[in-house]
Amino acid sequence: MRDRPLEPIIRVDHLTHTYGEGTPFCRSAVRDMSLDIFPGEFLGIIGHTGSGKSTLIQHLNGLLQPTSGKILFHGQDIWADPKKIRDVRFRVGLVFQYPEYQLFEETVGKDIAFGPRNMGLTGAALQERIEEAAGFVGLSPELMEKSPFELSGGQKRRVAIAGVIAMMPEVLILDEPSAGLDPAGRDSLMGKIRSYHQATGSTVVVVSHSMDEIAENADRIAVLADAGVVMTGTPHEVFSRGAELEAVGLTVPQVTKVAMELHRRGLPIDPAVYTVAELKKALLALKGGRSGC
Amino acid sequence: MLKDITLGQYFPGNSVAHRLDPRTKLILEILYIVALFSANDWFVSYAFLALVLGSAIAVSHVPLKSLVRGLKPVVIIVCFTGVINLFWTPGDTVLFSWWIFTINLEGVYRAFFMVIRIVMLIMGTFLLTYTTSPITLTDGLETLLGPLKKLHLPIHELSMMMSIALRFIPTLIEETDKIMSAQKARGADFESGSVLQRAKAMVPLLVPLFISAFRRADELAVAMECRCYHGGEGRTKLRVLRYQGIDYAAFALAIVVLAVIYTLRFLNV
Repeated sequence: MRDRPLEPIIRVDHLTHTYGEGTPFCRSAVRDMSLDIFPGEFLGIIGHTGSGKSTLIQHLNGLLQPTSGKILFHGQDIWADPKKIRDVRFRVGLVFQYPEYQLFEETVGKDIAFGPRNMGLTGAALQERIEEAAGFVGLSPELMEKSPFELSGGQKRRVAIAGVIAMMPEVLILDEPSAGLDPAGRDSLMGKIRSYHQATGSTVVVVSHSMDEIAENADRIAVLADAGVVMTGTPHEVFSRGAELEAVGLTVPQVTKVAMELHRRGLPIDPAVYTVAELKKALLALKGGRSGC
Repeated sequence: MLKDITLGQYFPGNSVAHRLDPRTKLILEILYIVALFSANDWFVSYAFLALVLGSAIAVSHVPLKSLVRGLKPVVIIVCFTGVINLFWTPGDTVLFSWWIFTINLEGVYRAFFMVIRIVMLIMGTFLLTYTTSPITLTDGLETLLGPLKKLHLPIHELSMMMSIALRFIPTLIEETDKIMSAQKARGADFESGSVLQRAKAMVPLLVPLFISAFRRADELAVAMECRCYHGGEGRTKLRVLRYQGIDYAAFALAIVVLAVIYTLRFLNV
């Protein structure tokens, strides 16, 4: 684990959110949840359907108002002045699940421009933002003049993500960015997000229920279950607690399962290995250690 | 914000009111409206009808609070009707007069009872939709209107369209909520600005909403065709409606209520 500044960029402080209060459908999607997000990190949030992931992230940029508790952005309550909530939304970019369904403009370029234009950007500065954002998600310049509805599903999703990146948020949050994509599209998109993270040094939060996806990308993982945070830590720390993960209905990555099984059968392998590359290294090291296998 | 819309919302439950046959409830609703509009404009009749409505609410276990909340969207209509009746009822007992405005005692009574009438009408209708799921309701409606098929009216198609429309209201509300949040996350502002600005701000909401509605309609049509849907001809029902004991009891009660209302009207009290 690398050194981290102590000051979190976003602090979730005893957050509770109750939907439909006073009706028969009342339920708490998030209950007394606390979580810190540090500047520059790639945080993965995993949890089962209904664990409160989506509700949590909609609080981070002020789309939902807490029933109780606070969201602190740079140490300040984002709801201290409700009129400034729009600024928070520009600084904490949120990409929803299936964002391609929110495209509406005539051309791809205009759609990407929607966010930065709302920020008051025009002219060359706006153009620069669009090009840069399109570049991050790998959209070629000739696509900019096309209608977003002519594009393929994967391309539409990139346009939608570029629309948020173009606001240059300090924190970029993505809800299930790869849902519904084929494996190649998924790897390519996650690669793009990772290189965006490295190139800009901004904070990235990815919500997913795919362990493999989170394991390969995140520096730190928060596990959500039953409306609260049950675990946080590096992937290694989290995946070494496989039994606890299974107890909340999640599993470890497939590679970790292999490692765990090998470990159980007596091979000296770390059971919390979570990437294919690492396991390969460990296995090769093992093979190298013995003669003629 | 959009989730607060209560129009036609169904409260699941298992009360007597929930168990009544939807046809019974529809007929009772009509009888209730007839009673409401034939009631004598005097306290006794309305007190009696309020008692009927009150016991129906009590039996249904629907919280009174949600019924009252349902009145919110119609407040303007109710006030408007009240004011119209207050000023434009002819009468002799003048209470107040200024310029062209005259209020007389008859007007006060008329306005008061009109408002009560509309409020009770709306609450009664909400009670129906609160205790009957949309699917059952259209089922009941289709059966009740069944005889009109003889006149070659497309009753099945109409009721199918209605149940599909009802079925998709919550879906579209949810979708609207989602798109709104997503555009707000990109800085869209739906709440401030002039009327023109606000109308313009709706574009990022309406375009995706229409596209998704069309997509859903298309998917639904394909799914229905895949399951060999070809209209109402020879189609059987999952829930066959049959009148039970409580339905007959409810009809008997309704006749008694109507009889009382007409007696009161006849006696003019």
